[in-house]
Amino acid sequence: MHSSGQTLNGSEIFFECLRREHVEYIFGYPGGSLLKVYETLHDVKDILHILVRHEQGATHMAEGYARATGKPGVVLVTSGPGATNTVTGIANAYMDSSPMVVFTGQVPSSLIGNDAFQEADIVGITRPITKHNFLVKDVRELAITIRKAFFLATTGRPGPVLVDMPKDILNSSCVFDFPETIDIRGFKPTFKCHINQVEKAAQKIAKAKRPLLYIGGGVISAEASEELRTLAIQQNIPVTMTLQGLGAFPGNHPLSMGMLGMHGTYWANQAVNKCDLLIAVGARFDDRVTGKVETFAPQAYKIHNDIDPTNVDKNIKVDLPIVGDAKNFLATLLEVMPEKRENREPWLAEINAWREQCPLTYSKEDDLLRTEFVIDEVSRQTSGNAVVVTDVGQHQMWTSQFYTFLNPRSIITSGGLGTMGFGLPAAIGAAFGIKDRPVVLFCGDGGFMMNVQELVTAVHNKVPVKIFLINNSFLGMVRQWQELFHQEKYSFTDLGDSNPDFVKVAEAFGCKALKAENPESARHAITAALAYNDGPILVDCSVVKKDMVFPMVPAGGSISDMLLARLNPKTMV
Amino acid sequence: MKHVISVLVENKFGSLNRVAAMFSARGFNLESISIGETEDTEISRMTIVTRGEDQIISQVLKQLNRLVDTIKVIDLTRQPHVERELLLMTLKLSKAVQHEIFELITVFKGKVVDIKQKSITIEVIGSPEKINTTIDIFRPYGIKELARSGAVAIHRGE
Repeated sequence: MHSSGQTLNGSEIFFECLRREHVEYIFGYPGGSLLKVYETLHDVKDILHILVRHEQGATHMAEGYARATGKPGVVLVTSGPGATNTVTGIANAYMDSSPMVVFTGQVPSSLIGNDAFQEADIVGITRPITKHNFLVKDVRELAITIRKAFFLATTGRPGPVLVDMPKDILNSSCVFDFPETIDIRGFKPTFKCHINQVEKAAQKIAKAKRPLLYIGGGVISAEASEELRTLAIQQNIPVTMTLQGLGAFPGNHPLSMGMLGMHGTYWANQAVNKCDLLIAVGARFDDRVTGKVETFAPQAYKIHNDIDPTNVDKNIKVDLPIVGDAKNFLATLLEVMPEKRENREPWLAEINAWREQCPLTYSKEDDLLRTEFVIDEVSRQTSGNAVVVTDVGQHQMWTSQFYTFLNPRSIITSGGLGTMGFGLPAAIGAAFGIKDRPVVLFCGDGGFMMNVQELVTAVHNKVPVKIFLINNSFLGMVRQWQELFHQEKYSFTDLGDSNPDFVKVAEAFGCKALKAENPESARHAITAALAYNDGPILVDCSVVKKDMVFPMVPAGGSISDMLLARLNPKTMV
Repeated sequence: MKHVISVLVENKFGSLNRVAAMFSARGFNLESISIGETEDTEISRMTIVTRGEDQIISQVLKQLNRLVDTIKVIDLTRQPHVERELLLMTLKLSKAVQHEIFELITVFKGKVVDIKQKSITIEVIGSPEKINTTIDIFRPYGIKELARSGAVAIHRGE
């Protein structure tokens, strides 16, 4: 370790700063602009570099790691194509508020703007999808820029930050000075909630007959699950969670109502419809949650706590906005709650009636393998204790319905951007961060192919990720919409004729692979996969083609338009 | 309604782009934007003229604040402020109309900044509304070219 005051070159400063930011892993890929960095890296032993096979993989791995651990994920890629390949991963982290710092090499300062070999204006390209980004113009600015990047990525609402480092900056030297504290005058997030607002919220909560907690990923990133649990139980308030909020409250608790929204539970959506008080914490009223905004929670007084003021009154006008950290909000709320409160038993009874009326079910009558069964069985065999990563599509929604999440940081999924191809690299990244719990991936056959190259990274590093390939030989969610809303024109969603043999693919990568074609063989394969820890293992689950995810609120529809089961498309308008 | 927003930003490359890009990415209306250094050379002042309902304007203000390079955002609309825009305009000139043109320049408190045989360039300073009127009035005489600075605005002193 070098100390402040020594003269170092840019590459040495880079690693010195990462050390001081307690970086364990870099997910990266070398290239021309980064040759000096990789030269220095050759002798760095305390930070592990994971060589990916595509820069997009690096970004999703970094995000998987970040979401599983709460620590920022670090990406290192070269200029030009290396940098542009990170765009989807950065956009994904931006939409889902994941802390990430992406370092890109850049052509030498003197060539910037000249259309030089492997030049891309990555700062310009990523401006709308990063929390902030930097082009380092002087080696003396490098250390403070890296310090700022980590500070911005992890403070307030987390997000991705990009640092673009021209080749000459990494080669030139200066006296190393790492600033211990940092002050950015344009960046002062509000952590502490306004006490008057919180007191007002407490009064409203105490007087509500039909309150509902609507919990988003903000509660997980603020590490506020404990406070949420105490509040919900003490006040006897049911809890519904967004896709990113799952696990913030234990899914097996009677007050847990599972997910709300487009593919949320019937009872959660009914509760939204009928509640007289909605307490949104760390959630952003996304269109997949609200459906038609005019009819969302029509009877409710709405309280909204969020660390990002732009989320307040963006999609839905709320009655009581409270800007601040979710942990601060919930903890303060607990302090100021009045002793007396309304009785919620009639409300909970009403909700339970809805739960019994339309439970989440799937067909078990035939001997066909269904996605719901695979997820249900993995949930049972892991006792809800796995870190569950998903790709995007039907299996993702079924995961929200059939895996019982007990702890925060247990679901890692691409919610906002909906990035197919996210799952495999994100699961690998999560497994680098989490060693004491199994890391499980549910991934469709479409999304799996989008970053299949990262199987090499998993095999090479013996990452014990358990891949359940939910293989229906279809782009299932698109197929579902085609069936329901597009006259059953299955345009380019049938992969049956073109999919490879996934077991052979996995084996060619050196990955252990099993096949499951019915519930019984799936059960055994799941047991075998969970017991195997000598590297990745893939279970190719041949599931039925035509199953659809229900309940479903059609896009832009009201919750009362919810479809509960497959209907004859002709009867639907 | 129309809003005039004053934004203090870090005087760094990319600051203007971040603001302009945010407006287009979020579909906000942007009538004019102008930027220049302030008394502190590390800080630039942007004056933004936009239109929208209160809920949209509230989002505009919050989104501006959210940008890391933004130091301060002030909606001047409902506060005492002075708003000015500069117009440079070249008109066709002929003997027949030159008297009328000169009279109108006086009416609008404009200045002649260049004059040739067949053209005259004038400058007019005023609120964007006054500039709109100026252009409307001079249009029948034949505008060859015009340039508007966009509004700049500042609080009235206390």
